Formats: sequence, structure tokens, C-alpha cells
Amino acid sequence: MKTGFSVFLAAFVALGASWFGLVYGPLKQLGVATETKVLQSDAKWPLQRTGDATLGLQVYRSAGCAACHTEQVRQTGAANVLTITEIGSHQPTDLKGFINSLAGSVTELMNSSNAVAANLAGWNGELPKVLYSGADDTVVSMLGDKLKAVGVKTEARVVATGADIARGWGTRQSVAADYLYDAPVQLGNLRAGPDLATIGVRAPDVNWQLQHLYAPRSLVKNSTMPAFRFLFAVQKIGAQPAPDALVLPKEFAPADGYEVVPTAEAKQLAAYLLTLKNNAPLYEAPFTPITAAK
Amino acid sequence: MNPTENKTMQCGCDAPVAGIGGEGAAATIDASCRVPLLALFGGAALWLVLGLALGLAAVMTFHKPDMFADCAFLTFGRAQAAANDLLLYGFAIPAALGVMLWILARLSQAPLALPIVPVVAANLWHLGVFIGTATILGGGSTGHPWLEYPRAAAVLLFAAFMLIAVCAVATMGSRTNGELYPSHWFFFAAILWFVWSYGSANIFLQSHQQPRGVVQAVIDWWLTNNLLFVWLALAGIGIAFYFLPKIAGKPLASRGYALFGLLTLVFFGSWVGIPQSAPVPAWLPTVSAYAGLLSLVSIVAIAIVTKKTVCGACVKCSGGPFCFIKFGMLSFVVSSLLYVSEFCPRYSRVLEFTWFNFGVTQWQLLGFAGMILCGAIYEILPRVMGKELPFTKLAKLNFFLFAGGTLLFVIPLLIGGVEQGMKLRDANIPFADASAVAMKFLRISTTGQLLVLLGALCLLLNILVMTLQWKLGLVKTVVGVVKDSLAEGSAYQPLPCDKEAKP
Repeated sequence: MKTGFSVFLAAFVALGASWFGLVYGPLKQLGVATETKVLQSDAKWPLQRTGDATLGLQVYRSAGCAACHTEQVRQTGAANVLTITEIGSHQPTDLKGFINSLAGSVTELMNSSNAVAANLAGWNGELPKVLYSGADDTVVSMLGDKLKAVGVKTEARVVATGADIARGWGTRQSVAADYLYDAPVQLGNLRAGPDLATIGVRAPDVNWQLQHLYAPRSLVKNSTMPAFRFLFAVQKIGAQPAPDALVLPKEFAPADGYEVVPTAEAKQLAAYLLTLKNNAPLYEAPFTPITAAK
Repeated sequence: MNPTENKTMQCGCDAPVAGIGGEGAAATIDASCRVPLLALFGGAALWLVLGLALGLAAVMTFHKPDMFADCAFLTFGRAQAAANDLLLYGFAIPAALGVMLWILARLSQAPLALPIVPVVAANLWHLGVFIGTATILGGGSTGHPWLEYPRAAAVLLFAAFMLIAVCAVATMGSRTNGELYPSHWFFFAAILWFVWSYGSANIFLQSHQQPRGVVQAVIDWWLTNNLLFVWLALAGIGIAFYFLPKIAGKPLASRGYALFGLLTLVFFGSWVGIPQSAPVPAWLPTVSAYAGLLSLVSIVAIAIVTKKTVCGACVKCSGGPFCFIKFGMLSFVVSSLLYVSEFCPRYSRVLEFTWFNFGVTQWQLLGFAGMILCGAIYEILPRVMGKELPFTKLAKLNFFLFAGGTLLFVIPLLIGGVEQGMKLRDANIPFADASAVAMKFLRISTTGQLLVLLGALCLLLNILVMTLQWKLGLVKTVVGVVKDSLAEGSAYQPLPCDKEAKP
């Protein structure tokens, strides 16, 4: 019986510890989170959904979209990128030589001289030209300053890196703050379909979204997404075609005299998808938006 | 003495239950479990078949995307969630509870305490599973993976579990011999674990004031890990550590290793579960990664105990319960290693968001829990019912269908997942190509899924026919008694019915 009690106690302590660590801890740390600020702006993040989009999140939940789609962009790192935007009166070949000699002689640049030379090889003056992309921010500032002194304009940016970013699924990784207003939070753990964290940026047309829901393969060949025809009604065309009837290619259109009309749920789901745009730089996930220049 | 009993005793070695009080005592204990176990196992087998069928319907979407385009309740997101929950809540947990109750009664050398309680509990549990499944298919899922059941179903499941826990503790308390067997430890922990983790996760995620933001996901990951990894391991290994020595005819290899395995499992295993790239503060995934690494110790300890116990046993298994449980333990070791590898940052970069995770989960549920539970049920049923299984050949077939089917189901998903992950990591490869690779493997895996379903049908058929035979027997007895009393013309005679036979 002595072992019995100590085993019970040990199990109790073990479970208690894990509960405190993975339930109570996050509740205390994240459960009290409020809106954050977008970096270098007064805008708040995340945006509160309204109307149809709020209901659309529930349609997304109800249909189990998260079984195949994640809403989460991964990032492997960040890079400081220096891009030449204007070369003024310089000739590309001269400038190339100047930059290469600069990189070879200045101590702070020496480590990166090979990378810079490789970037410049075969450059014929087309702009913008990425001069450096890497972890070292002194290279970016030093090289930028030296080039500015000779009248070459450059742009320094911080960009996120990683396969998800390179695929165009987002400009930065997803962070806890992005999901503040989601209830339930549906991160998903399978990418049978593409990530949807920024689908509202990638496909901002509501008609595209609706048609894609009704007949995915009419827009994306070889898509494995099931058609969500149960979110639409096929009805006889009345005196006038319904204003919100889908315009479908012949192959996917219903019989003559019929039209496909999205139900309220389909419209809500599409509205929700359009609100998915994780594209604001935050303190914990910084990047330089395209518009900012040095 | 029934034939199975005979076989296990042929080695002349004593079972873990030292000095059991003779045949009569064992028969009384078994009879006391009859109705509760039939209620738990019958429903579990039915849910297993339904869950596998629903899972098969769900993946059909990938073979023919427009198959269920007009059928909302079979759309992939709903059918898959319902199928997963049926396997865990419908099959694995009630079946494990049934086996646990029987083992506890046997270890206590006393009849099941409060035998009516688990019968009520089983019915409440199955009602909860029914409500939950219907709600998910109707679109009322909560949206939290593995916790999709709505509040009503969750409350029913929790209440039913509490009832069974009461019965289990009462049975444990009624034991005549003070010593505790390793299975006791595992069952202790399993009971505590479910009540705490399922209860607290539901309180947070189903309340009107849900915690904000990603905390929901963290709690859900915690629960998922604690049910699929820790709870299934506690229940499954507890069961295996009872049956393996009993069938092999030698004592459990090392109590010390078993205790060590248990403690490391509960201390480290319960911290695993937070995906490595989760959008949460970095300490959470880091803790999970280290916990995953440390739980390797536990997996190794349990593997050693199992190997030492099984090796050199003088029993041929040929598709019987011994085969089931051995295969189950092998599955535990392999699937746990694969599961833990998902939390190694290096591998998770490839494995995350692919079919790999789905494959590992199915292996845990079917290859480990499913196998051990089926084996245990085939071992227990003949004793509890006091007669042979109606289709012993189907029971053997069940083993081969399950073993082959699970491997054919899971291994393509694992390989496909790795390939898909490699392709997803390379941004130059279009997304559609990465998906297409996985589809190729998914087509093979569907065949395996079908085999597992056929195996589950064997189990259901055995339990169903056995239940019907027993019910028919009851009716016959009652009719016979009534006839006799009418023939004798006596005014009133109390029916000599046995207490346990009345549900």
C-alpha cells in the first residue's frame, strides 16, 4: 500500500505540474492579452471582425475547414536586405567595381564581400537590385551610407525568410496576437490545402472566393478541395437573373434556365476568408513594408 | 474451466494474481462483470466500426473530390472529426475502462463492486458519444481538435467516467490482498488523468467565457497530448502488463523498470504536445521539445519490461490475444518514438502540417490501443460469458486484418508525410506538387483502412452474437421457469434469476 500512495502522489504532482505549466501558465501569460500596436503606426492589431465575417468564422468551424487548411505562417528567420533603387549618373560596370573594392577594403564589409560580389555578378544596371541579403545589419547600414555619399540611392529592409514566406503565403510569421479575436482559434495541423492566413490578401475578390467554394476546379486545376455545393442553392431563373448568381464556366454551370445562388452561409464564409490578412508588422514579428525607403 | 483458461495455465506458471481463490471465485468475479462489460464492449465495437467507416467515407473525398459536394454532413472536415472522436471516445476509452474494471476485480479477487453503476455509466457514455457524433456531423463541432463534442456530450462523458471511476476505486478498495500490482499504478494514474485533463480542458474551452486567443489552442494541444499519448499509454500498458505475464506464464520482468517507466511517462510525457512552430511564446514549444526527448527514457523502460516478459515465453500465439497484445506493445514503442520525433525541432520543420501526424495518431489509436483492447476483449469475453467465442476463426482473422491493415494504413501516410514535408519546405516546388505526392500514398493507405474496418467487423460480430446468445438464454430460462411453475400449478414461486443477469 505504501507504493500505492506514493505512486498516486507522484502521478498527482506530475499532472499538476504539467497543468500549471501548460494550462495555467499560458492562461496567465496570454489569456490577459489585449490589442497590440502595429509597428511604426498608431493602428491597433488585430482588427475586430464585423457582421458577416464574424458569422463566417462559425461557418468555417462548422464545415471543419481547419481539417485541411492551416491559418499559420511559419518563418525560419529574418534578413536585412539592401537594394539599390537609383544609381544616379554612375555606370553599372563602374559602380560594380567601386562596390567590390569597397567591400574588399572596409573591415566591416570584408566578411560579406563574396556574397556582395556574387549578387553583382552579371548585373547590367536593372533596378531594383538586391545588393546584400543576410543577418549582418552593419553591412547594410555601412554599405548604404557609403553608397549614399556617392549619390547612389539604396533601400534597407527587414524581411522574413522561409518557405512559407517565399511561397507568398505571408510577409511574416503568425504570432499569438493575430488570433486574439478568433473564437474558436483554428490553427489547423494539416496542409492538404494551402495556408489561409493571408488568403484575404492573395485572393481579395469575393466572387472568386464564392466560385472557388462552389466549384474549386473551375479556378484551380487539379485542386483536391471538395466542392461545397451544399452552401449554394440551384434555382430556376425567375423574371430576372438573381444579382448574386455565380458566373460559371459552361462545364460547371447548372442546366439551362437555372442559376447558382450563394446562401447566407456561403457569403459569410467568403466574407470571413477575406478578413484573413496577417500583414501588419508587429513588435514580435517585424518586417519593413514595401513602401518605406531609406 | 473454459478452454482459454486451460491454455494460459499450461505452462504451470502462476499468473500475476497469486493464489487466486480457486475456480469458483474466478467464475463469480467474471460473472459479476458480465453485464457492465457487455454494455461497454458492445457499444465500443459498434463505434469502432462506425468510426472506421466514417473515416473511410471522409478520405473518399480525396479520391473523388466532389463525392459529397451536396452532402453537408459527410464533408471531409466533419466526417474526419467525427471519425477521430469515435475512435478515441467511442471505442478506445470505454473499451479500456471495461478491461480495467475486469482486471481490477480479478486483482482484488473480489466481485465487481457496485455492478449496476458501470452499466448506467456505459449507457450514459454511449449516449454522449452519439450526441457528440450527431452534433459534429450536423455542423455543431466546437472547432477544437479532439474536443469537438459539444457541452452536452462532454458533460455526459465526464459524468459517465466519474461513475466508472467510483466503481473502479470501490473494486480496488475491496481487495483481499493489500499488495498492489503494477497495473494498479497505471490505472490509478489513468483515472486521475482523464478526470483532470478532460474536465479542466472542457471547463476552459466550453465555458461562456473562453480564454482569449491562442490559449485555446494551447489547452487543446495539452489535452490532445494527454489523451492520445499519456492516457492511452497508461491504460494500454496497464492492461498489457496484466495480460502479458499471465499469458506468457511468467511474472512481469521488473517492477522497478515498470515503476520507472510510469513515473517518467507521467512526469515528462504530459509536457509534450505543443507544436514546434506554434504561434505562442517560444518557451512553450521548447519545453515540449525537451519533454519529448526525456520521455524517450520512459518508452525505452517500457520496451525493456515488455521484451523481458515476452521473450522465452512457452506460448504460441497464432493470432490469439497474445499476438494482439505483443503487436500492440510493439506499436506503442514505434508510434511513441514517431510521435516524440514530431516535437524535435529539427524533424518538425519537415513533418509539421503533413499527413505524418495523421498517420502517427492512427497508429496510436488502432495499432496500439486498438490492438491491445481487441486482444484483451477476446481474452476476457469467453471467461465473462462462461463459453467460447462464437467465431474463433474470425477473432484470428481480426488479428491479421488489424495488423496488416494498420501497417498498410499508416506506413504510406508516414512516408508520404515526409515526402510532402520535404516538398513543402522547398518554395520552388509548387504547392500542388507537394499535395500530389501525398495523394499517391493516401491511395495506398485507404486499402489498409478498409482492412482495419473488416477486422473491426469481426470483433463486432463476435460481441454481438455473444450478447444475443446470452439474451436468448436468459429468455429461455425465464420461459422455462414460468412453464414449470404453470405445469406444477403452484401459486407462486420466486424466479431463481441471478442478480448480475439483470441490467
